[in-house]
This record gives sequence, structure tokens and C-alpha cells, in this order.
Amino acid sequence: MNEAFDIRGESHIEVHKFRTGAIIIATLLALVIQASFPIHFAKTAVLDLPLLVTIYFGLSRRNPSTGLLLGMVVGLLQDSLSGPKVPLGLYGIAKTIIGYLASSIGARLDTEHPAARFALTATFFVAHQGLIVLTRRILLSQPEPWFSMHLVGAALANALVAVFLFLLLDRLRKN
Amino acid sequence: MVAIPSRHKSLVLLAGVIVLQVLMLAVQIKRDSEGRLIRVWTVGAVSPFERAGSYGFGWIRDIWRHYFALQNTTKESEQIRRENDALKLQITQLQGKAAEADRLAALLNFRQSQASVPMIGARVIGTGAGTASLTIQLDRGERDGIRKNMGVITPDGVVGKVVEAYPNASQVLLLTDKESGVGAMLADSRVQGPVGGLGEPLLVMKYVPNDDTVNLGERVITSGMDRIFPRDLPVGTVSEIKPGNQFKQIRVKPAANLERLEEVLVLLSLRSLEMKNEENTGDPQPPPPGAPNPPRAAKR
Repeated sequence: MNEAFDIRGESHIEVHKFRTGAIIIATLLALVIQASFPIHFAKTAVLDLPLLVTIYFGLSRRNPSTGLLLGMVVGLLQDSLSGPKVPLGLYGIAKTIIGYLASSIGARLDTEHPAARFALTATFFVAHQGLIVLTRRILLSQPEPWFSMHLVGAALANALVAVFLFLLLDRLRKN
Repeated sequence: MVAIPSRHKSLVLLAGVIVLQVLMLAVQIKRDSEGRLIRVWTVGAVSPFERAGSYGFGWIRDIWRHYFALQNTTKESEQIRRENDALKLQITQLQGKAAEADRLAALLNFRQSQASVPMIGARVIGTGAGTASLTIQLDRGERDGIRKNMGVITPDGVVGKVVEAYPNASQVLLLTDKESGVGAMLADSRVQGPVGGLGEPLLVMKYVPNDDTVNLGERVITSGMDRIFPRDLPVGTVSEIKPGNQFKQIRVKPAANLERLEEVLVLLSLRSLEMKNEENTGDPQPPPPGAPNPPRAAKR
């Protein structure tokens, strides 16, 4: 049987497993696309594919330890690819926390419905940006605005893309 | 020894990982100098994929632009198109090649017109992976003679400067980044002032007194005082002027199209530029905010 069942409290939540190498390949692909796509399609710079991948695998695997470690690795790789002006750990901290939150929520709620995925992704995106601003303000002494209309638009765009991306990533699950 | 309940293990792990990264941030802030090894490894490992991705996406984009985007038009002339399909496809391919050849020819012409300034052409293969800084990645690095703090331009104008050089790739901080800056002056009035980025499409020109006359549409060019760019390179045009407390608030539209860069030129020799500056010594001007220390001469 390929599906494992994890009992937390009284609810039975399905823990999804993925094909061998699926998580690593999907993560690397997200980073490469994130770095390459905006050259040709400038508007796609609002998307944060590494964040979407972190959220998806966090919600699906439903293991907080795995979720936060995946978030940390993705975040640190994104930091490394963002040039020397971005200190290592800026995205790392934000994505670690998002990975933890996503897998914790995934362990308590059924997050398979597209509407739930849309709402969760939009919320996590705003939280992710908030964590980055918080890190910048507190640790780096770089004043950044907390809120802008651009943030709302970016959150909705990412949530919309996430609905379709997650359906695509569902195909990587073991039957 | 106190045992950690299993339900709290992940929370403890989260706290540990966060503390570790915060410490890492703190270490970086203290020693903000050379690039970290993890950056070199990551860029070295990912840049081949970026390169492949760049070419792949370019191919997909060309197919999209030259085929699918024309579907509505082709419906109106479907009969004619059937007869000429093969020919049009061939023409499309040739047009794509011709456009690329035009761009490269423009670069070459510019390169030849500036024969005294050693420079090298490079292809843009990636952008910064996040929105925290405005950077691009080039397919040439230290092995091609590129070093940190070298200027990057296009025939249209200034692009930015190299902030990190890896063996086969390099990262360029765009002029629009908050930490970017270039020594500049107004082309007509010759008033000098540093131009920097705000993280937005428009730039800002600082320290121009309210008494000086500045006109909308006036060209802004490099002053050569930052010892990175030679004099008289286009930086942009004045697009907005407001009186400030002591200095004017001047917004500048960049001359180079920084959102659609495909090929750029890297100024290789810093020594010859320094000599030029010595010849053209003018009024002293403080370096722009974010401008680097005078860089070492490039090895050629």
C-alpha cells in the first residue's frame, strides 16, 4: 500500500508520498525557472515558485520537521542565487517558518480542495513577505514598507498559479 | 536529562534552525566582504541549468511570438497562409536570426567605436532569484577577465556594475537597485550629482541645488568621477522635477531598457579609465552613495 495514514487526535489525515527524486527535481526546477523566466517575461517576477513548491510539499507531506527543513534548503538556495546583496538566511528564515506552518496546517486540515489551496497560498505568501520585512527591519536595519497594493496583487497571482501548479505536482504522487 | 516530548520535537527543530540562520545573518553582517563559498557552489551548479533554461525559454518565446500569437491574424487569411506556410515559417526563423544579428551588430559597432576601451560582450542568462535585490547573471566570469566592480553597459546606456565574479558567470547589480549608484551630470547644464536606484523603474538624481536650472527631458550622462564608467555615457533622461528642501527631487528614466536585457558589454579595463579621468580632472565630486571604492585594474 502506497498511502500511509497518520492519526493525529481523532482525525485521519492522508500523508502523501512522492516518486523518487520528485521533491528534489521539482525544487531545483522551481529555482531555475524563478531565475530564468523573468528575463523573457518580466511580469512573472511577481511569482515566487520556490515558495509555492515549499508550501505544496509542506501541505502534502504533513510532517513539520520535513517541511521546515525543505523550506530552509529552498530558502538558502534562493538566497545564494539572489546576489551578494541578499544575506544568506533572509529567504531561508522566512521559508523555514512557512514550511513549518504549511506542514503543521496540512496535518490538521484537508488541503486538497482548490479553494483551500488558493486561500492558504495567498495567506502564506503575505506571511512570507511579512517575515522578510520583519527580518530586514529587525536584523538588517533596512526600513521596508509593511503593506502595499502590489503585495495584494502578487499574493492573488501566486495563489492562482498555485492552484494549477499544485494540480500538476499532484501527478508526482505515488498512487 | 530532560526528555523532549515527541510532539515538541519539530518545534525545537524549528527554533534551532531559525537561531542557526539568524546567527549566520549576524556573521555576514559583521564580515560583509568577499562572496561566500556556498554562493560559488550554488551559482556554479545552477548556472549551466540557467543557461540551458535561458536558451530553452528563448526558443519557446520565439515560437509563442511568431506562431501562436499570430493565430487570430492567420484565421482571416487561412487560405493564403496554407499556401505560404512553409515560406512564412522560414521567414519567421530568418527574421528572428536577423533581429539577433542586428542586436549583435549594434553591440559590435559600439564596441568598435570604443576601441580604446577594452570591453567584452556577455549574454544575460538569469536574474536574481528573489525580489530583494535587482541583479542579473551573465554567462561570462573571471575566466573571461571579468572582475568585481567592473561597469556594465549597452549601446543605449549604463546598466550597472559587477558585484560578484565566478569562474564562468558573474552577477550584475542593476542601476535601479537601491544600493546602486553612478557619478553623473546633466548633459546641457553640466551640473553634477550622483544617480542611484530606488528599487523602481525610475532612478533618482541627488544633490542638485534648487537654484540650478534643470529641464524636463534633459539628458543625464556619466561624469566619470566614480572611476567605473567613462565620461559621457548615457544614463537616462530627466522625467520629473520637484523642488525639495535644499536640493531638487529629480527622477530619471534609464537610457538602457533594464527590464529586457539580452546582451550587454562589460568594461574590462579600469586602469585606462582612471587615466582618462586624470586627464579630465574637473570639479571634485563626492562618490555616489553605494559606489564602490576605486577598483583594481583588471588582469587581461
